[in-house]
Amino acid sequence: MKDHDTLEHRLAEQGISRRSFLKFCAAMASLMALPPGSATAIAAALAQAKRPSVIWLSFQECTGCTESLTRSHSPTLESLIFDMISLDYHHTLQAASGFAAEKSRDDAMKEYYGKYLLLVDGSIPTKNGGAYSTIAGRSNLDLLQEAAKGAAAIVAVGTCAAFGGLPMARPNPTGAVAVSDLIKDKPIINISGCPPIPAVITGVLAHYLTFGELPALDELGRPKAFYAETIHDRCYRRPFYDQGKFAKTFDDEGARNGWCLYELGCKGPTTRNACTTTKWNGGAGFPIEAGHGCLGCSEPNFWDAGSFYTPLSAPTADITTVAKIAAVAGVGAAVALGALDRAKKRQAQQAHEKLTVKDL
Amino acid sequence: MSLQDIVVKVEAAGTSSIGNVTAILTEIACLLEKLASNGETGLIDLKSLPFSPGEYEQLRLALGRGEVSARLDAIGASEIIETHFPGVWWVTHYNVEGDIVADLIEVATVPNILCSQPEDVRAGLERLHAILSQSAASDD
Repeated sequence: MKDHDTLEHRLAEQGISRRSFLKFCAAMASLMALPPGSATAIAAALAQAKRPSVIWLSFQECTGCTESLTRSHSPTLESLIFDMISLDYHHTLQAASGFAAEKSRDDAMKEYYGKYLLLVDGSIPTKNGGAYSTIAGRSNLDLLQEAAKGAAAIVAVGTCAAFGGLPMARPNPTGAVAVSDLIKDKPIINISGCPPIPAVITGVLAHYLTFGELPALDELGRPKAFYAETIHDRCYRRPFYDQGKFAKTFDDEGARNGWCLYELGCKGPTTRNACTTTKWNGGAGFPIEAGHGCLGCSEPNFWDAGSFYTPLSAPTADITTVAKIAAVAGVGAAVALGALDRAKKRQAQQAHEKLTVKDL
Repeated sequence: MSLQDIVVKVEAAGTSSIGNVTAILTEIACLLEKLASNGETGLIDLKSLPFSPGEYEQLRLALGRGEVSARLDAIGASEIIETHFPGVWWVTHYNVEGDIVADLIEVATVPNILCSQPEDVRAGLERLHAILSQSAASDD
């Protein structure tokens, strides 16, 4: 990152018209899930935005999060990396290797101390001094603690970095933990999902770039713009749930008719993510649209939350309890049932039990 | 058992609906009333809505095509179509790879993106002045 000029200046240099810039901002508003009329405000803010330095550390992960980002459609990875952010270290994507790669990270950390954005994918093993995952002879734990010191904010990309994910699944042989378990003195934003939706990763970066601050977060540190509602709340199959029409097997009449997948183990009611609207593969669809229930991959401990094919517990609580929760929370009864489901799931996790048919 | 025994039912697009089309049309009607009464414009982001398969096409059919269509070439194409209802425009922005990056219903007399922008007007004027001064210099 040699220069710190504004985006407006760089676009003008490239001969990009104001109209093109406004179009770009309309796309950004849609990407960030902001009201469509906010494109003008975004244009004003973005025109003065500077390119932040970004350091990306990969720990106990499968590179699925990076794979997801590199398939991001809007804006394209190229434009994101080269025009909007300065990606100064990413050991999978960068051309440099060995000592040169490590040096580029050290240089960026020194030059932009206190200003760079630290992106992390993968969980951090803590058992035996963090010996289970090392880069250039140094433990992930050491690398994270060093890079976190000078970061303006940390973005935990993917469920592993956000909540521990697969490496933390029982019996957690490496003592894996999430970024937020180790770093307590920096703002952390969790972009969960296995992998996260590419547009959500770029949307959060775009928000930071546009407004210079992190977006509003939910109680699990996830951006509300994308994680405020459950998959179930915004599922196109939701009317079938309300009508009591469920697929009972993956090849019955209900499945063919596109009925609700709740009884086939769909975790939509307890999962918050933007799959139903943002969708995947350039908007082609999402798991439920392909006929498979939601796995709940953007929630903590999704791997240990019972079988993917066992239904969430049915509302065994009497309807008065449901009504009370709904009244207190000021939400609809269906959402309150979701809350009960989550409570039940938590109880089962705590007791190390799986939800069974008996729970129904 | 032959393949003939496996029942495959191919449904034409637009046979299923969960009510999104009516809801969007109602919202458009509200926005159009505002435009008609005090000139207030409105926008609906179609990418933020959970359409069921076929509903998007149903909305296209319901809104139809009107008299005006325009195409931008600005960091990828953009398609701007006035629907069968004057003042209701379907604006689709594509990136250079041809992926849809924004899909909007804009309720306005002219969509904002079609208007020449003051910054571009000024830049164009400078270019025109440069050409004129060049030709004046060569005439001398």
